[in-house]
Amino acid sequence: MPMKVVVCVKQIPDPAGELRLDPASHNLVRDGKLILDESDSYGVEMGLQLAEQAGGGEVTLVSMAPHSETSGLRTALAMGAAGAILVSDRALEGTDALGTAKVLAAAIRRAQPDLVLAATESSDGYTGTVPVQIAELLGLPSVTFSKKVTVNGDKVLVERQTEQGYDEVEVPLPAVVTVTAGVVEPRYPSFKGIMAAKSKPVEELTVADLGLDPASLGAGGSRQQVVSVVPAEARAAGEIVTDDGEGFQQVLAYLERIKVI
Amino acid sequence: MAVGTLLSDELEMFRRTVEHLANKTVAPVAALHDREGSFPYEVVEEMGRLGLFGLPFPAEYGGMGGDFFALCLAIEELARVDQSVAITLEAAVSLGAMPIYRFGTEEQKQRWLPDLLSGRALAAFGLTEPGAGSDAGGTRTTARLQDGQWVIDGSKAFITNSGTSITKLITVTAVTGPGREISAIVVPTPAAGLTVEPGYSKVGWHASDTHPLSFDGVRVPAENLLGEPGRGYANFLRILDEGRIAIAALAVGAAQGCLDESVRYAKEREAFGRPIGANQAIAFKLARMQARAHTARLAYYDAAARMSAGLAFKAQASIAKLVASEAAMDNARDATQIFGGSGFINDTPVARHYRDSKILEIGEGTSEVQLMLIARDLGL
Repeated sequence: MPMKVVVCVKQIPDPAGELRLDPASHNLVRDGKLILDESDSYGVEMGLQLAEQAGGGEVTLVSMAPHSETSGLRTALAMGAAGAILVSDRALEGTDALGTAKVLAAAIRRAQPDLVLAATESSDGYTGTVPVQIAELLGLPSVTFSKKVTVNGDKVLVERQTEQGYDEVEVPLPAVVTVTAGVVEPRYPSFKGIMAAKSKPVEELTVADLGLDPASLGAGGSRQQVVSVVPAEARAAGEIVTDDGEGFQQVLAYLERIKVI
Repeated sequence: MAVGTLLSDELEMFRRTVEHLANKTVAPVAALHDREGSFPYEVVEEMGRLGLFGLPFPAEYGGMGGDFFALCLAIEELARVDQSVAITLEAAVSLGAMPIYRFGTEEQKQRWLPDLLSGRALAAFGLTEPGAGSDAGGTRTTARLQDGQWVIDGSKAFITNSGTSITKLITVTAVTGPGREISAIVVPTPAAGLTVEPGYSKVGWHASDTHPLSFDGVRVPAENLLGEPGRGYANFLRILDEGRIAIAALAVGAAQGCLDESVRYAKEREAFGRPIGANQAIAFKLARMQARAHTARLAYYDAAARMSAGLAFKAQASIAKLVASEAAMDNARDATQIFGGSGFINDTPVARHYRDSKILEIGEGTSEVQLMLIARDLGL
């Protein structure tokens, strides 16, 4: 049975480049060229594999980005996704997580997928809330932190990572599933795939196209405010244990002290 | 192809992809294969999966539909971290598969290319002989037709990719008639009478598979003739011109790899209370290394652009090969100096580049041959 998978992808500033925060809003400046968030490459790969296993179907990307940015989408299209829906609108500047979820949910609704995949969280904003908000808005079941995803007929079976091990969860399709990094090995886009991606369809939509109320989006509609930002603490030098045959005891004592065991 | 020296979005994405593969898959095992002198089959497999062996060939034979410049970009990125892997790709494509694609009959292409372009099999090209290096016309190996078969006798030297477990073909040039008529013949391997001698003890390129070959009455069907009889030498001159651009790309990768390693080290390593890069003696060395890598890159981009545009490129290929191989060797020497004692330890990437880079001034036409060709282009 051909399967239609939507993968939510985020295009982010290259983490290897220089990153800046806007002094007023404390939001990440996204003026330059954006790339595919690496954590989304796992969802794309998972989507492609599930479509292949289903014996057909296709992966559609859904993304929201400023300045009609498609660079990151092209990477995922080069990997094998069939097409993309991009929502880009000046009115979306300053949109918070819930607003983003509203936009993505509206775009996903147009695609009518059997399954929606997303990363557990983005590598830049890291709220980790958008996928479950999308599920709620669409009225779909959601499973987070998947380390294994199997589609079986009209159900999806998920091994959900927990601190102790994993839960086996089964939900009916359509559903929203978030995948952890490393769940699958993302393929490299081949030269042929990269060239083919050039001519794959990217449907660009505005807030009006989605029939959403602009007042509930953007900085004005945002119910979330970043009050202050402080630099992360520099990593302190590690503690070196010299093993004289009893080194393990010191390691155990240390682990107990930080309450890991 | 590049517009000026800026890569198109697609080529830049491709370059980044190969860069990622080089860092993630190739670099971690480079020192190991260098030390053991082992062929990196697992790396070749991964490169095959990415389609690198089929880059400049059309899809009908299993290729990627790219061009020679895309191949050069891939070679440069791989050479940055491991020259052995880069030369394995370069030789497999421009010496192994390209002659079959360019001079083969439709039937030969259908039969041999799909396996070569997927990286499942490698083809080698036997031109150089113990007594015929830069003077490739001095070929002694002979092939005579007998009962519908070519009977090949002679020996070849320094043949890349000729002894791996996935080597399936060796194309050899041989004298096939009077007046030093040289033709090319494809020998499927293994073959009775063909001995792949033990690999050389080389200064560098340890993970690249290189052997002397001896042919003692090796018989292959008459239809294994590649291209027209007597065109063997002329055909391969074109192949060698292209190969020079690819070797220039490889050398640029080496020069860049030396620079990247050195810049990182110069920022990290402290002496007398500050990073060594804060000393002008080191900073100027690094600036010079950057200038060498950059100009050599421009030279090979230009030669490749001329080739793709169908313009004469022989002199530009020679210039690129000359300056890029010198850039690699000079950068390797500077890099090992910056690394100090560590630069003399075989496992460090710069020490490997130091050993690996020397051959760049020798293989695919020595620097002297390049100068000869450039001078000839000046009408001298």
